[in-house]
Amino acid sequence: MRTRAFIAVLGAVSLVVAGCGDDKKKSNTESQGETKTSTTSDGSLQKLGAGEGAVNVIAWAGYVENGSNDPKVDWITGFEKDSGCKVNAKVAGTSDEMVTLMKTGQYDGVSASGDATLRLIQAKDVVPVNTALIPNYADVFSGLKDKPHNTVNGKNYGIPHGRGANLLMYRTDKVSPAPTSWSTVFDGASPYAGKVTAYDSPIYIADAALYLMKHKPELGIKNPYALDDAQFTAAVDLLKTQNRSIGEYWSDYTKEVEAFKSGNSVVGTTWQVIANLAEADKAPVAAILPSEGATGWSDTWMVAAKAQHPTCAYKWLDWIVSPQVNAQVAEYFGESPANSKACGYTADKTFCATYHASDAAYASKIWYWTTPTAQCLDGRTNVTCKDYSAWTQAWTEIKG
Amino acid sequence: MSSPSLAGWLHRHPGARLAGLLSAPLLWLVVAYLGALGVLLVSAFWTVNAFTGDMVRQPTLDNFRTIVGEPVYRAVTLRSLGVAAGVTVIDAVIALPMAFFMAKVAAPRWRRWLVIAILTPLWASYLVKAYAWRVLLSPEGPMSWATGYSPGYGLTATVVTLTYLWLPYMVIPVFAAFERVPDSLVDASSDLGASDFATLRMVVAPLVFPGIAAGSIFTFSLSLGDYIAVTIVGGKTQMLGNIIYGQLVTANNQPLAAALSIIPLAAIIAYLLAMRRTGALENV
Repeated sequence: MRTRAFIAVLGAVSLVVAGCGDDKKKSNTESQGETKTSTTSDGSLQKLGAGEGAVNVIAWAGYVENGSNDPKVDWITGFEKDSGCKVNAKVAGTSDEMVTLMKTGQYDGVSASGDATLRLIQAKDVVPVNTALIPNYADVFSGLKDKPHNTVNGKNYGIPHGRGANLLMYRTDKVSPAPTSWSTVFDGASPYAGKVTAYDSPIYIADAALYLMKHKPELGIKNPYALDDAQFTAAVDLLKTQNRSIGEYWSDYTKEVEAFKSGNSVVGTTWQVIANLAEADKAPVAAILPSEGATGWSDTWMVAAKAQHPTCAYKWLDWIVSPQVNAQVAEYFGESPANSKACGYTADKTFCATYHASDAAYASKIWYWTTPTAQCLDGRTNVTCKDYSAWTQAWTEIKG
Repeated sequence: MSSPSLAGWLHRHPGARLAGLLSAPLLWLVVAYLGALGVLLVSAFWTVNAFTGDMVRQPTLDNFRTIVGEPVYRAVTLRSLGVAAGVTVIDAVIALPMAFFMAKVAAPRWRRWLVIAILTPLWASYLVKAYAWRVLLSPEGPMSWATGYSPGYGLTATVVTLTYLWLPYMVIPVFAAFERVPDSLVDASSDLGASDFATLRMVVAPLVFPGIAAGSIFTFSLSLGDYIAVTIVGGKTQMLGNIIYGQLVTANNQPLAAALSIIPLAAIIAYLLAMRRTGALENV
């Protein structure tokens, strides 16, 4: 009896092994026979090969939707059918997480915000992108092209995806009067003590700096990412005071949706997509752009230096900034699209006007995430600014 | 033909026999287990380029200076040790009467069912149990509307949840220890005129103490290393595990994370040494 069972198990195992072997052989011949990608000296592709069958991307929540969150929100199925590349997405909650994930070398592309792009370029984790192979690049707003955060030494390191602002979300039934200023989460947070939430990343220090820029002009803050000693201390102190009112910090967007739904959080910083998801779950929330303006992000799709699926990565870049898809992503996430033609495809025809897609004056009021460096970003040369490692250290101290 | 001769050769060479038997597990212990810890210790002396996040492999004591110099790390270390000690004490206080009842009072046929009842929660996933407590303790949750009070998310919620999670690890060793106390000893003690309390103090307690010590090692080390329950029910509370995770994953500062992880390592070793000194580990 026992021997027979053993033989049966052995047979099953060998079948499985044989099956795996076949698969491997098949994919090997595929990649040898069809993919012929060639790269130039800087690592960018010269011409596209055949698709490798898959692409692994790191993305912000809401950027890679296959209909599982909302059946109507799906731009992956079309891409997979069209290109033959299966999309494997890893959602990251912060820019730091994206930089760390890119170091694993397991990903082909990333939707990096301005505070991650330069770090990825300096660490040689990403390579320049040959924009000639991305037909839709031509239609990207010129105001987003060749910017310091996506172009170094004249080389484009990625394709702009879109940009937007960090908003203030509140429970309409719990917070009154309706807030118009960030003071609801800073100086005026005490009525909501224990129910205030904030973004759990060192870059959030810039939100406090922006608030001080408007409310304490004597500090002389000109750029919330360029803070000298005194300015930095003031921002950190403000956040330490805020910490007393904080219930939870968030970096996982599902956790924030749940917290607002249950009423554990009633006011705090958010993204439009989170407000949309909470509203879809029938939570009485509203998200506004406060009077002080806001910090925000301008995202760039980049290609990894060690990409195992370069052709699929290029196809993905072209797809995600194509007018229709870019319109869908922008509307779902609540950001202005990067493709100028996307404005013709949004479901809400006033969308691009609402989000000031082509309004450069508006965009200048948003302080897009960027990595703080010791050399002050606002041009001051007589002082040293706090670099990102100081921000990281301070963030641990703020949380206590 | 080779195998009988190999067997014969091994029979004649007991040293080779021993080497063949032990080399594989020893290799595992040294390379995989101690090796990993060694790499951790070495990387604690490196630093990270603040901008690119690449590792700078030049030995320096900067990380340790940061840990000793920054008051936040001291505060978090004390908080974590406090939580671990608190969970251990509460678990011991709950486990003692439970284990006593199970081992000495309950009818033998009930004993098995009680042990199963204690062990059943271990079958459910850790995450499920932690999230169940998140729902239960929510400021707007069942506990709040049933009793009018909820601690909300924070340090108290963390201690409560961890106490619940690790309770079986305390009950089982204490139960085993109580079971090993012969009833005849208790009878003899009272025959010789000792009061119930004296019997408990001088006969039962020394015999049960090793069980509590064994359980406390589980509850203390599991609580000290925990960082998931605290993110679920701890609100904004940071424990050592959260800071290590944050430095490793969010800040991408593996050297500082490695230096920080030496704190719980040292705490556990100190705890084990203290337990050994009491003699509790000798007959577990």
